[in-house]
Amino acid sequence: MNKEVLIIGGGPAGLECASTLLMFGYKVFIVEKGSELGGHLRKWDRLFPESISASETLERLLIPSKKAIVFDETEVSSVKLKDGFFDIILSDNTELHVHSVVVATGFKLFPAEKKEEYGYGVYNRVITNADLEASFKNNSRDILQSKRVGFVHCVGSRDEKISNRHCSKVCCVTAVKQACEFKEANPDAEIYCFYMDLRMFGRGYEDLYLKAQNKYGIRFIRGRVSEVAENVDGELVIKAEDTLISRPLKVTLDLLVLMSGMSKNPDNDQLADMLGLDIAEDGFFVQHDPTINSIKSKIKGIFFAGTVTGPKTIPETLNEARSAALAVHKYLSE
Amino acid sequence: MNNFGYSISPSSRIDLDKRDNDKFTRIVLLEPGFRKCMACGLCSSTCSGANFTDVSLRRAIEMIQDGQEKSAIVLLKGCMLCGKCNIICPRGINTRNLIRNILKVYMEELQ
Repeated sequence: MNKEVLIIGGGPAGLECASTLLMFGYKVFIVEKGSELGGHLRKWDRLFPESISASETLERLLIPSKKAIVFDETEVSSVKLKDGFFDIILSDNTELHVHSVVVATGFKLFPAEKKEEYGYGVYNRVITNADLEASFKNNSRDILQSKRVGFVHCVGSRDEKISNRHCSKVCCVTAVKQACEFKEANPDAEIYCFYMDLRMFGRGYEDLYLKAQNKYGIRFIRGRVSEVAENVDGELVIKAEDTLISRPLKVTLDLLVLMSGMSKNPDNDQLADMLGLDIAEDGFFVQHDPTINSIKSKIKGIFFAGTVTGPKTIPETLNEARSAALAVHKYLSE
Repeated sequence: MNNFGYSISPSSRIDLDKRDNDKFTRIVLLEPGFRKCMACGLCSSTCSGANFTDVSLRRAIEMIQDGQEKSAIVLLKGCMLCGKCNIICPRGINTRNLIRNILKVYMEELQ
């Protein structure tokens, strides 16, 4: 008999976990809330640091996970743990009887309109990192022809005002990547990045930062943007402080890109209740053994994969997904 | 009109729209490492002159990027070109060459 595993979430973590479990010979179910698999990766154009294609990456994740049974536009309605089995009822009333559960529900991109001082949804020329990826994808001339462009780091992260004290970690390098790509699409563009700290933690990230400065002439200004206003010509007037010389500054821009960070998935609370798991102050799931075994939950048979336990890069997410699959295999082999 | 003893003081705000891009580009051509600065402060902390004067290359670079050349020159005038900052710069910027060229490009305009 093939043992059965339920994966909640069909993004990169869920897909990679499914592929690995299929390889071990398990029967895998994926419950996906959206209409398509792939999560946020589907909306992205290219990935840092090498600027590889997001759609090709997704394709490579989809192919080996094809044998998983997918319930799209479906959510988990109830979970009962009985005699080592998980009795699951889905929102379409399907009943599943699985041996193990992997939680891979990912993150939500911070809704930038909540930071009202930046005017997202009010001013046409204020967009988010996700909007810019869409513009790259569609080769949107209107956006890419902007001459003076600003990137605002830490939108919806490191900010107690919107209850996200955590660092979203991947936005720094995403901003640098997008700034370089913008400059490639439009070599005449003048680009400013407004940052607090540049957290270039990954391999190749620091090189990308150096390239942004040296090759593309992108200007990095240390100081958070305090407010944005539109002038009569429809240009954006940005206020910030250059904290390295302790003086306020203003600059007029044609486009402002807000680096929305990774926030908790709002479904986490309900899911945690159903599964009997805990949510930390930051809204992400609590790991039982975060240093040694990041994929372990406090309940036997339930594992985590990916950004459901905090912001992560794609490679980190994929490695964790494989690790979760291995943990499921170990648990089911006992 | 009554004189209340107040006057309007000039704004301390930097207006990046007014930066002189031509001179900036000239400096980059003369010392291509200019744009690599990450404001770590090693140059200014190792500087022998900084103990006694206002010399600070780190601040001067930031000032020039913000279009505040006059303030930048004040910060570099006391430099004795000893080259300690050149040895220590982690980004490998030829700081000696940079300082000489900043003074050359911006001083000639001021004279």
